[in-house]
Order: sequence, then C-alpha cells, then structure tokens
Amino acid sequence: MEKIPTLSYIRPFVSTRNACKLCSPLGACIAIKGIEGCVPLIHGSQGCATYIRRYIISHYKEPVDIASSNFSEETTIFGGENNLKTALTNVINQYQPKAIGITTTCLSETIGEDVPLQLSNIRNDSSNSNLPSLFTISTPSYQGTHMDGFNATVLEIIKHFTKKMPSADKVNFFPGFVSPADIRHLKEVFIDFNIDAITLPDYSDTLDNPVWEKYYRVPKGGTPISELEQIGSAYASVELGSFTEVKQGGKNGGKELSAATWLENEHGIKNHKTILPIGMNSCDTFFDILSKVSGKDIPTKYVMQRGRLLDSYADGHKYIFGKKAVVYGEEDLVLALCSFLDEIGVEVALAASGANSGKLQKEIIKHCPEHGKSIKVMSDSDFEQINEECNLIKPDFLIGNSKGQYIAKNYNVPLIRVGFPIHDRIGGQRVNHLGYYGTQELFDKVVNAMIEYKQNNSPIGYKYM
Amino acid sequence: MHIDHTTMEKIIKERSTQVHTIGTSAHDLDCEKKSLAGSVSQRACVFCGSRVVLYPIADALHLIHGPIGCAAYTWDIRGALSSGPQLHRLSFSTDLRERDVVFGGEPKLYTALTELIEAYKPKAAFVYSTCIVGIIGDDVDAICRRVSAEQNLDILPVMSEGFKGTKKDGYKAACDALAKLVGTDNEFQAPPFSINILGDFNLAGELWMLKEYYEKIGVNIITCLTGDGRIDEIRQAHKASLNVVQCSGSMMHLAKEMEDKYGIPFIKVSYFGIEDMADALYEVARFFKNDEMLQQARDLVSEEIKTLLPALAPFKEKLQGKKAAIYVGGAFKAISLVKALRLIGMETVMVGSQTGNKDDYNLLKKLCNEGTIIVDDSNPNELSEFVKEKDVDLFIGGVKERPIAYKLGIGFCDHNHERKEALAGFEGMLNFANEVYASVTSPVWKFFKR
Repeated sequence: MEKIPTLSYIRPFVSTRNACKLCSPLGACIAIKGIEGCVPLIHGSQGCATYIRRYIISHYKEPVDIASSNFSEETTIFGGENNLKTALTNVINQYQPKAIGITTTCLSETIGEDVPLQLSNIRNDSSNSNLPSLFTISTPSYQGTHMDGFNATVLEIIKHFTKKMPSADKVNFFPGFVSPADIRHLKEVFIDFNIDAITLPDYSDTLDNPVWEKYYRVPKGGTPISELEQIGSAYASVELGSFTEVKQGGKNGGKELSAATWLENEHGIKNHKTILPIGMNSCDTFFDILSKVSGKDIPTKYVMQRGRLLDSYADGHKYIFGKKAVVYGEEDLVLALCSFLDEIGVEVALAASGANSGKLQKEIIKHCPEHGKSIKVMSDSDFEQINEECNLIKPDFLIGNSKGQYIAKNYNVPLIRVGFPIHDRIGGQRVNHLGYYGTQELFDKVVNAMIEYKQNNSPIGYKYM
Repeated sequence: MHIDHTTMEKIIKERSTQVHTIGTSAHDLDCEKKSLAGSVSQRACVFCGSRVVLYPIADALHLIHGPIGCAAYTWDIRGALSSGPQLHRLSFSTDLRERDVVFGGEPKLYTALTELIEAYKPKAAFVYSTCIVGIIGDDVDAICRRVSAEQNLDILPVMSEGFKGTKKDGYKAACDALAKLVGTDNEFQAPPFSINILGDFNLAGELWMLKEYYEKIGVNIITCLTGDGRIDEIRQAHKASLNVVQCSGSMMHLAKEMEDKYGIPFIKVSYFGIEDMADALYEVARFFKNDEMLQQARDLVSEEIKTLLPALAPFKEKLQGKKAAIYVGGAFKAISLVKALRLIGMETVMVGSQTGNKDDYNLLKKLCNEGTIIVDDSNPNELSEFVKEKDVDLFIGGVKERPIAYKLGIGFCDHNHERKEALAGFEGMLNFANEVYASVTSPVWKFFKR
C-alpha cells in the first residue's frame, strides 16, 4: 500500500486540494440550531441537507434534522416556490416548530430564487394561520465559507426577531462558532457576574443534549424567541471574534456589519468586541469587559482559575518553549490560538485558513507580540498547501480540527484536536477552549502532547517529567 | 398549505403508501419515488451516488466541478482500501466562486484539470458536475475533450448535477462514465473462468477476502468495479465471462450495458451472511458448469462453517430472541442482513432502505414475519417512532441513524460505507456477530430507561 501522494515541491494551484473550509449553508444551519424550537430548511437539492446533516451529526453525535425543499429538474426551470410551500407544510406538521430558518444554496441563488418574496406570499395567504416564525438567509455556497453563513444567520436572526421594546437590564452575548461546552461555560461566567445575558446562538443543549427518556423531534434548548425579541433593548453587547462582519452581496448598503455592530447602529447598543478568549491575554481582556459591563469585580472563582492557569504556565513552560506549531481552521479560531501559543513561548510557524477576509495577518501581528511578525499566514488555503508547507517547517505539533490528522500522521507528530469538525474522536462537542477554564484544558493538552512525544521517543525511563 | 396544529404527524400523509406492515397493510409498498420536500429524507443526491461509486478507483484523478461544499463533504468518504495508489484519497475541487458563477466556470475547470494532471499524473480523470454547472452553462464535455487531447489522457465527465433525480440516477451517471472505459484494451487475453466483481467497494478490505475465496475455487477476477479499482483493469473488463453483481442498486446499469454490448451475462449475489456468501460461490461455479469448481466451493464453505458456526454459537446464545431494526441505503443489503441476524438468533421487526425497488421489497415481505414494518425512503421521525413502537434491541444503519438509536438507549451496528470492520464473507459474519453482541449486550444500557 502506497502513501497518500504528497508533492515534494510547492507550486501554485487554482484548484482546491482537500478543502480547509466548508460551505456557507452549513454554518447557517448550526446557527439556526441555536434558537429554541427552530428547524433549519435548506432551499436546494436533497443532497445539501443530507451531506450537511451527516457532517454535523458526525461531530456532535446528536440527531440533527435539517429539511430540504428538494429541488428537481422542473424546480430549476419553474422556480422553487411550490417546493418551499410543500416543504414548510411537511416540516410544520411533523415538527410543530416555533420557527423555521430557511437557507439558500448555490442552486437556488443561481436560478434567482427570491425567498423573502416567497415567504411574504406565504405569510399573506390568509388560509395560512398561526404559521411559525419564518426567516431566510442568503447563503450561496460559492461565497465565502461556513463562517460567512454562520455570521450572516446571526445577523439575520436579530433583524428578524428584534422588536422595539422598553430598555431591559440585559446584555447580548455573541459567542461565535464555539463548542457547546464553551457556550455552557461562558453562560455560567455571565451568571456569576450577575449579568442577564441573551446568548445567540445558543446550541449548548440542542447540539449536546443528555440522553432522553423520550424522543424529541425538536431537541430541547436554544435561545427562546421571547429573548430574541428583547435583543434590541439590551444595554450592551459582548461579541467574540474579529471576523464576524457579514459582507455577502451588496447587502446593508454595501457596508460590512456584524450582528453587534448592526445593533450598535440601529439601537445604539454599545458593543464590546474582543477575540475568542483563549490564553491569559485575551481572557484578561474578556473578563475586564465583563467587569466593566456589570460594574462588578471579577468573581473569586475566576480569579482562582486564572491563578491556577498561571501556576501551570510555570510548571509547563519549558516543555513547549520554541516548539514549532502549525495552526489551521476558521480565522477567529486561528487568531485566538496564535495569540495563546505566542504568549506561552510556542513558535507558530504557519497559521492557515480556508477563509480569505484579507485581515488575518494584520490581526495576528496585533495579537501576537512575541513572534507575530515571523508567523507565515496563509489565507484561502487548503490542507494540501498546509501539508506541503509542513515538509519545510518540520513542525512539532499541529493544532486544529480532525481533518488535518493525515498530515500529522504524515510527519509523525501530535495533532491537538480543537474546533470543528472532530469526526474521528468522541467528545468534540465537549472540548473546552475558552476562558481561563478552557485555556487550562488546552494548555495541559499541548504540554502533555510534547512530553508524551519525547517520552515515546526516549531511552530514558521517564517515570517523572 | 394544509397545516395541522393539533398533533405531530406520525407519518406524512403523502408518504403513507411507502410504509407497509406485513399482514395488516391493505396496500402494496410504494417505492422508487422522489423524496417529498420537507420530509427530511435520509437520501443524498445524484452527485453523491456517482461520487461513492467511483471513489474507490485509486489511480484516477477525481475532480469535483462546483462550489466547495460538494468536495468537502465527500473527502475520503469511504473506507475503500487500495492495495497500491492512494490518489482517490485526495479531494480536488474547482471551488467555484461568485466570479466563476457570473462569468462561467470553464476557464477554471480547464486550468484545474491541466495543473492537477501535470502534478499528480493520474491514469485517467473523472470530472463530476454539481448542481450549478448546468445552470451556468459550462460545457464540461468540451473542456474534458480539449484537455484529453492535450494531455493524451482519458477524461470522463460524470453528469451528476444534484437535482437531476435521486442517488440512483447518480449510480447510472457513474456507470455511464465507466462504460466508456470498459472495452478500451483489446490486447488483453483473459484466462479461463474469469469474472468481474461489480458493486463491491473493498470497504475495510472486504474485496481481498472475497478474492481469496474465488481464487481458492479456481475463479479468476479481472477487475472489481470499483473496489481497489484501477483504470487499466477496467479497460479489460469486457473480456470476462461473467459479471457478478453485488449491491444491486449501484452497478446493475453497467451489468446490463455490458450484457447488451459484449454479451456478458450477470448474476446478482450478496456477500453478507453465511447463506448468501456460500450461494455466491455456488452460483459462479454453476455458471461455469464445472463440477470440480462446485466441489471446491462446497469444500471451502464446509471448511469455513466448521470453524465459524461454533464461533457464532456463544453470540447466538446471548442474542436469541432479541429484536432488530434495519435502515440502509440499498434493499439488497437489507435482505442479507435479515438472514444474517436470523443466524445469530435475532428477529428483524422493522426494515427499510433509501433506494429499494418493488422486487427487493417483495422479497423482504416473504422473508420477514408478520407484523414487520417495511419502509421506503424513511426519515428520522418515522424511524424513531418505529424503533420505539417495536421496542428493538438493535438498530442497523449509518451515521445519520446512529444518534437516533443512542438517544433512545438502543444498540447500534454501523453498516454503511464508512465502517471500519469487514462485514462481508465468513470472516465478516463473525465480525458482524461480534459487533452486534458488543452493542446489544453492553452493560451501559442498564442506566437507560426504556
């Protein structure tokens, strides 16, 4: 049996070889899963829904139902409105959902489907009483990545549900595309600061439910619609991530807006934006924001977590100093991981993403004071480019989703599995990345991976580290 | 729109004829229909059908022409092993962007094909069309012809636009592409008793086990379509005396075409379970009207059974009387599974498939006991209702069915194309029994309320 072919030289390609990104409707479906009682529906052919379901299920190990309007050849000629009606009817009768989020696809976008108009026809038809809330997001798969779909959906949900209401003693929290365990942890942090937060999206239960005594067609959990309606009344927003702006098409008058910046513009809600809190620096920034927003000191629990993390930095620093890392994935995850690895003395040799915002390099330099300028940043890249770069880099470890496993195997170095997807292990939905608590888990993993590697390749007894 | 806010529909009305209970349903089972919009079918699309069938051809370049999703979701999708080259394990895409959709994807396809052929030197290339390719009017055929002439290489367009039918139409598109390769090597002289294996994908090395059985009884295999597949072997496939077709859905089209064009007859077999595995060898021997071969097949089977039956006995003892539900892609596999389960003492009380036809379902009706639910093109809601209603101990299916079983505290056996354990042949039967046993009798279920 031969090895998977790897080129021994580097040349440019216009094709993508082993994509390091997913398509926009996938991100949209995950965000839609974060609303209570909401079912995603993909307006396109059956395969999109099934592939995306299979991909999401393989990570979260949960039932994930995504409906399809099931385009046929006739649909592409005569339009999808009738299919959409049939699909909505069947979803409503089978699931009795509180809301349905409809995403488009490359197919429905290319044939020029006007889903907002179709939905307004359906709503205006007097025979359709008591419809669940219907909203739609434009997510052509030929634009951007799954993160563009995710961010566009969060923005669309807000625009759709927010009502003009008297101001409320609430804070909007936009965690971005993080693990269910991360969302659970950060919600607890908000509670401990005595902040009444509206978290969007909140798939911490819907994509990581406990075992059921009976089968729920629509899994429990998610942000309640009643909360979504109050988003415009909050007194502050906390948004994680530097790449959350939606820039699809000529929408928003051509402006690039994130959910939180839209709220700032439309409702005057102050936005506190910071990168994903991984590592001491970015966690300190995040906790300072919460302290400021709540007017309270950081609770002792987190002061202790911070102290323990710092204590472990001392215990572990030598084993990772100067180690060469390759980081890949979504831009926000890559940025936060670089910031973390930089502050603990790891040399990030390569930071790669399939996305292409044009801002990754600048952000990395800003957040990596130690080595930021020497980090090679590759945008719009794919796994084979990463693989070929590794041949020159000779990394000590890789950190990213499970799709890079074959590269780690190729160079016989550890892969630290983070982010999405983690298809080849259980527990991807329970990986903690964020806060002092999540960073602790990551730091221990990185240090232990390096010690284990040395131990396995050493003649010394190694009963002690 | 007929919306009922009072109760959740158990089965969508339009789908009621696609569910049948043996002994009590008045109607015949309806099948081979397009999936209903909004039904959350477990089926994929035309592209998926083509992609999974051609994927195991290991020395070919597989280029997916379309936006990135179609390639990303099918990267290294099957555990289809290759004894040699591994080019099929890479996922190549033209990764169409908005610009390409507006101005046409032909230039990108041309450059992508050319650069990839130069870099990876494949034996041939398959170019898969996805949904939007036809809509934006790319002439994929013309580009393939042009690059083919320039690079002196077979480049086979696969017309697999997702919306143009169901997964089954994707099988046909894949067969159409293969048919263009078959018969292109006329130099080759086949030894006597030569067959092709159609519809095995060498998941977890299953083909290698089957090859060993066939070789032991004196049968020569020219090529397997498409497990451990090689372009040059496929060119010679027309020299075989017989096509032995497994997985009736995916390869029947090619078998029929080879019968018409080259006069090669075909038989349908299955390699799952002792009975079907043995029958496959007997049928091939009978086809060649060779007594020595038939005797060798009998000897092989009795030799295998001598060790296998005692090995299965302890599993059977523990699994006797337990109930199973099956929902898989092809109904032919479901039929074998019903028999294989019986061999280890288990009764099938629900069985269904994504793509079964009338004949398959009639066979299932004869094979299963009264009260068994048979279902075509089902969905998560129905499946969860059926397994609860029938109070099963085991669910056999794929990735999308697994969490339904586990959420309800039911054992599960993976029988889709991602599995890592060989389940075919005699050895596979033991693996199957072991996997079923491990899941059904695990002590963890004691903590679940059923």
